[in-house]
Amino acid sequence: MDIATQDTPPPTPQPTEAERKRAARGATRPGDRVFLGLARGSGIFLLAIMTAIAVFLTWRAAIAISKNEGNFLTTFEWNTGTQPPVFGIAVLAYGTVVSSIIAMAIAVPIAVAIALFITHYAPRRLGGPIAYVIDLLAAVPSIVYGLWGVMVLVPQMNGLFGWLNDYFGWTGIFSWEEGAPRSMLTVGILLAIMILPIITNVSREVFNQVPQMHEEAALALGATRWEVVRMAVLPFGRSGVISASMLGLGRALGETMAVAIVLSPDFLIHGSLLDPGGGTFAQNIAAKFPEADEFGRDALIASGLVLFVITLLVNGAARMIIARRKEYSGANA
Amino acid sequence: MKLQRKNRRALALGAIAFSGALALTACGSDDTGNSNGGDSTATANAGSIKCDDAKGQLLADGSSAQKNAIDAWVKQFSAACQVQINYKGGGSGAGITAFNQGTVAFAGSDSALKPEEITESKKVCSGGQGIDLPMVGGAVALAYNVEGVDNLVLDAPTIANIFSGKIKTWDDAAIKKLNPDAKLPSTKIQAFHRSDESGTTDNFTKYLSTAAKSDWTYGDGKAWAAPGGQAASGSSGLAQAVKQTSGAISYMEESYAKDMSTVAIDTGASEPVKPTSDSATAAIADAKVVGTGKDLALEINYNTKADGAYPITLVTYEIVCDKGNKAETLPTVKAFLTYIASEEGQGMLADISYAPIPDDIIAKVRTTIAGLS
Repeated sequence: MDIATQDTPPPTPQPTEAERKRAARGATRPGDRVFLGLARGSGIFLLAIMTAIAVFLTWRAAIAISKNEGNFLTTFEWNTGTQPPVFGIAVLAYGTVVSSIIAMAIAVPIAVAIALFITHYAPRRLGGPIAYVIDLLAAVPSIVYGLWGVMVLVPQMNGLFGWLNDYFGWTGIFSWEEGAPRSMLTVGILLAIMILPIITNVSREVFNQVPQMHEEAALALGATRWEVVRMAVLPFGRSGVISASMLGLGRALGETMAVAIVLSPDFLIHGSLLDPGGGTFAQNIAAKFPEADEFGRDALIASGLVLFVITLLVNGAARMIIARRKEYSGANA
Repeated sequence: MKLQRKNRRALALGAIAFSGALALTACGSDDTGNSNGGDSTATANAGSIKCDDAKGQLLADGSSAQKNAIDAWVKQFSAACQVQINYKGGGSGAGITAFNQGTVAFAGSDSALKPEEITESKKVCSGGQGIDLPMVGGAVALAYNVEGVDNLVLDAPTIANIFSGKIKTWDDAAIKKLNPDAKLPSTKIQAFHRSDESGTTDNFTKYLSTAAKSDWTYGDGKAWAAPGGQAASGSSGLAQAVKQTSGAISYMEESYAKDMSTVAIDTGASEPVKPTSDSATAAIADAKVVGTGKDLALEINYNTKADGAYPITLVTYEIVCDKGNKAETLPTVKAFLTYIASEEGQGMLADISYAPIPDDIIAKVRTTIAGLS
């Protein structure tokens, strides 16, 4: 490099007005346009699929419901083979919601605790393997959980059920007449185990994202480790944990084979969580589908539509909760 | 940081490998039904199977109750005739639906075609209709788990009252009366039924509503209609539940009740009847043909008092077109059905806990098969 050229730097070309505008708008080069088109196309494609599913469900459901003798929402019966057919989703809706609530009540605190332990308490050497094992749990097919549930978990529940009945039987929801412990509570516990990995996993990722500065600032103010977790980690991770819980809830609401294997279903709503009986949408579909005739399948599709609506409502509610807590989202960290 | 990322990738790979292995084993365990084929006879019998023009592939679907029998037959037949027969045990409903859509050459079903299903089948069978050919029988055993009680005898009204919840404990007077010598405990009765819809339930409830009319008011059907009781999925699920629960009783196909105590039924015959292949065949012999034309749908006499005839008996059918079968599958269907209705085909059934169809009925089945077009 010689000195002469250094003395007179080449004049940088001034961008024209139009170029400046375009730069501000972004997305002008062909690559950007193609990417925009692909992304938009995928979005529209997804909407189209969802609409198609909704239309199909509604159409088939309408056929079935129009021939239903019972009230679709309140009948405690599912008999599509009789003339006239009688079926209702009351028991299924109740069972689906109750088993999912039990699963969430058990799984969320444990999952958050595990995630906190892995990210903030455990020595790295221990945290890694624990995270790994939790990840593996997510890879086990649900039918394996079902078989494990019926062969290992159900016989073990006798003790717990007896204890609950002895001490909390007076509440009514924990009263138990001797019987096989294949109840909503057993299902809830099994579902809790099944949704634990996904909640733990996502929560762990979120807790890992907490800005070091927040934690250090809290420590500098003299906070103990628990206070750091309470003041910096949990508030930051709250929306993430809610999202994680919703993923878990989605799995719990739709779980099919494990529930079908473990539950002892009937079409009654039981006051006690320990009484065998009840049912869930997905379990009922799995149980009735193979032998159902065309009308029976339409009726099952109608019940599936209700599950679809419940899932939409739950996800919508979760979005609203997360939107209200925007200030803690990763965007402004 | 970098090290950690690497670790994570290794973990992901490990997880994929592990889940892959699980998925593979899950697939592998699917067709355990094949193991009942009876290997020793596989080659010995092959010579007597007439293949005629059988060739290529055959699709079939239907009743899972007869899947083990079909699998055993297919093993023999395809070894002799170089034909692939794929019977999916997707359930009777699925089988009939597939048959009426024309996607399978024949269907298996636990119950005979309904009139509207026959009407629909005329679309697929040009110039003919779907017909039922009884091919496999079986006893529906009542298995129980009551400590110290080995030879339980029950009659239809008592069974109806047990399954409808009116009889609550094992030392109930009605049970005592039928079992004067047994030491019946005061354990609560846990009656289990199928949680899925099933031809077994259909047959069992038909038995109850026929043989115990005044005690069973819930009608019959594939779905269990009586309130209360407990439920489990599939015959295997019921077997599991009965083994696990003290005081339990349930109904299931006989092959699932092999290592459990089963109820002998007091039918009014000279002595109570146990569920076996022979006693089921004896009950089918007491059945009458109710199908019209070439249709050989049977009506089991649930009130049978014949000696050694077990009343809760299930007949499963193969459903084909009497006329208008597809030209490309007809020779194969005919050859296969001819084989399974033959003495040799029926003879295999007892070894795998099914009941052969009695002679005079199977003779009619053979004539009908010969006339398929």
